[in-house]
Amino acid sequence: MNEQLTYMTKQVTAGKLTRREFMGKAAALGVSAAMASTMFADAARAAGPVKGGTFKMGVQGGESTNTQDPALYASDVPIAGGFHWGEALVEVDNKGNLNGLVAESWEGSADAKTWRFKIREGIEFSNGKSVTAEDVVRTIERHTNEDSKSGALGIVQGIESMKADGDTFELTLGSANADMPYLMADYHLLIQPDGGFDNPNAAIGTGPYVLESDEPGVRMQFIRNPNYWALDQFAHYDESEILVLNDTTARTAALQSGQVDAISRVEPKIAQLLARAPNVNVNNVSGRGHYVFIMHIDTAPFDSNELRLALKYAINREEMVDKILRGYGGIGNDIPINAAYPLFDDTIPQRAFDVDKAKEHYAKSGHDGSPIILRTADGAFPGAVDAAALFQQSAQAAGIPLEIEREPNDGYWSEVWNVEPFCASYWSGRPVQDQMYTTAYLSTADWNDTRWKRPEFDEMMIAARGEVDEAKRKEIYSKMGRLLNEEGGLICPMFNDFIDATSTAVQGYEGDPNGELMYWKAPKKTWKA
Amino acid sequence: MHPILKLVAQRLALSALLLLAASVLIFAGTMILPGDVAQSILGQSATPESLANLREELGLNEPAVTRYFNWLFGALQGDLGTALTNGRDIAESLGERLGNTLFLAFWAAIISVPLAILLGLIAVRYKDRWPDKLISAVTLTSISIPEFLIGYLLMFFLAVQLGWFPSIAMINDDMGFFEKLRSIALPVIVLTLVVLAHMMRMTRAAILNVMQSAYVETAELKGLSTFMVIYRHAFPNAIAPIVNVVMLNLAYLVVGVVVVEVVFVYPGMGQYLVDHVSKRDVPVVQACGLIFAAVYIGLNMIADIVAILANPRLRHPK
Repeated sequence: MNEQLTYMTKQVTAGKLTRREFMGKAAALGVSAAMASTMFADAARAAGPVKGGTFKMGVQGGESTNTQDPALYASDVPIAGGFHWGEALVEVDNKGNLNGLVAESWEGSADAKTWRFKIREGIEFSNGKSVTAEDVVRTIERHTNEDSKSGALGIVQGIESMKADGDTFELTLGSANADMPYLMADYHLLIQPDGGFDNPNAAIGTGPYVLESDEPGVRMQFIRNPNYWALDQFAHYDESEILVLNDTTARTAALQSGQVDAISRVEPKIAQLLARAPNVNVNNVSGRGHYVFIMHIDTAPFDSNELRLALKYAINREEMVDKILRGYGGIGNDIPINAAYPLFDDTIPQRAFDVDKAKEHYAKSGHDGSPIILRTADGAFPGAVDAAALFQQSAQAAGIPLEIEREPNDGYWSEVWNVEPFCASYWSGRPVQDQMYTTAYLSTADWNDTRWKRPEFDEMMIAARGEVDEAKRKEIYSKMGRLLNEEGGLICPMFNDFIDATSTAVQGYEGDPNGELMYWKAPKKTWKA
Repeated sequence: MHPILKLVAQRLALSALLLLAASVLIFAGTMILPGDVAQSILGQSATPESLANLREELGLNEPAVTRYFNWLFGALQGDLGTALTNGRDIAESLGERLGNTLFLAFWAAIISVPLAILLGLIAVRYKDRWPDKLISAVTLTSISIPEFLIGYLLMFFLAVQLGWFPSIAMINDDMGFFEKLRSIALPVIVLTLVVLAHMMRMTRAAILNVMQSAYVETAELKGLSTFMVIYRHAFPNAIAPIVNVVMLNLAYLVVGVVVVEVVFVYPGMGQYLVDHVSKRDVPVVQACGLIFAAVYIGLNMIADIVAILANPRLRHPK
């Protein structure tokens, strides 16, 4: 590299040269644009975060009916907005570790029933009021009490009692749960002054930004919170904006024409095309969401495990990842858990597409050869109708007669899913294994959509909750996974990636398996060079 | 009383009656929407307790007739209530959206109406010659392409490739007037292309119809130029049908542009209404319905009145 270029990259690192100036000068030196762009990015990264500028994020999933009340959050735009102005006690980071936010530290009793969260010293709400343990008690109370409409009710209803003890928030559970702190990272549980009882829509919290204006279904504007407790590490932008861009083409055009710096929800079929556009980075990160086919194991013919195994061997997982996800995803192993979960056991054998084994199990099942009806709709997951057709073909190779019945999208989740014995479905995953299993694989769970009711499985689940030794818990989860893989009603061919895109000017991006755009923390953690 | 005043008064009274009937239909229509507001607000993660709590809080348990009259009297006084979903004052948020919708419709109309009439006049002047055929071909092609496709094409060429206009037309109060105009350039072009053909063809047909009459022949024999004949003698007598189709298109620009709004992320009424319908937010749906009905009825009333005024036999009764 010649001296002039070395000098220029140093200038960038020192923050004395903008991207435009650098690109111009590099071009004058005969450096190709792509090369110069990479050099600039490296130099800028070495410089570390730069404060200032405006970050605009084009996000899918906002309606003019949205509110700022965290209890009612159900789509991406309000959740992304909430992470601007508010924070929960803790967060799950992109490695699956827990970081303290409003809580500085936490500890559980030996029986994993009592949990104490110490409130961060000197932390203030954006209105200048200090955060007290009492505010935390009131917040959780608002989500648990009888009048609650909170989407987090299911998470917090295991709490038996709460109290504020000086600067410590203490809660006691009815039964042990070693994952309790993880549950407190839920996006509904943003800590609000007096729990938000006075005005749940006030959007006052301890987050990195403060809500400046809110036009539901159009945009939200934020400015940096001058009181934020970690200003030295985060909240690099002066202003941050969320634009509601529900239309795919509008989103990609806005990014390409520079009207926004980042967009969510890039469709797999356009991801590679978009990546070719100049000044755009397409990011994908494997998450915990999975596209599945579910069988009710208490209903004929799916009550025969031989038939279930036949179907599990008759699905071509690689083909599905290639054709339905266009490679943006990973293959599943008939359990709802993958490597994105803490305490995942990667030694559970991966089931492969195997026509001979499928035939063998199908013969053993003694099925009478009548068509097996698989219900599907595009609303089940993107590409569910095509995926069902692929499944039908690969099953045919093994002599299994699948018949596809296409259902309307409208009403799929109330009329088909969890009602019909065999259908396509989607799960968005949960931060920890216990929560995923509790939601859909506990005998008594409302959403037990495979009718998986095994006392020994329930017992293991409850034992794991109370087990504070991580190695032992991992072993229990491994046993549960193997049992489900062998006998469960879940056919899980694939885990879908999150795909989003950012402008090349955005620095400090790190994929987060919890969600898109660094689980909506891109405004907090990235900066522009 | 002058017969024209009487006719106009009749039109006004009829329109008011029509609007009242529309309000009953809107109210009844929203009553039979399938699904439940509480369920729609809370979505998949709803529990039975939280559903019951929300339903109670929203007052969904009162009889329908009581609710209709409360709503009607409120609406007459400008009180449209609060949105069930986010507790905002409907009149306030709707006012903003309606303002945006009218802003877009106004600029689209300012460009498309004179353009359509001018093109129609040119087409008549050069009937069956190449200018006529070119105008018809271009306008009929643009009306035949789906509006979202025109939108995407313009977005690709004018916004992404050339960078002349922003691809998203998200206007807000912080913007200056000219910045706003630049933002809405693309949707205005799309809307113009969509409504042009209809008005142009109607102008052409209406004037051609008049051109067959004896007084036009007389004018020609007097030695007037073709444009003068059209302008002075044919056009005034073709106003009624032209105004009719213009009003119809204006109504479309106000109530029917949801696709264009979605494509260009324009914060107008269409998207606002669709969001609230899908969440079963009944008061908002009713308010939007009422406004749309008022716009439609109002514009048609204006068309009728203009037609009456344009008729010399009514203007100068014996």
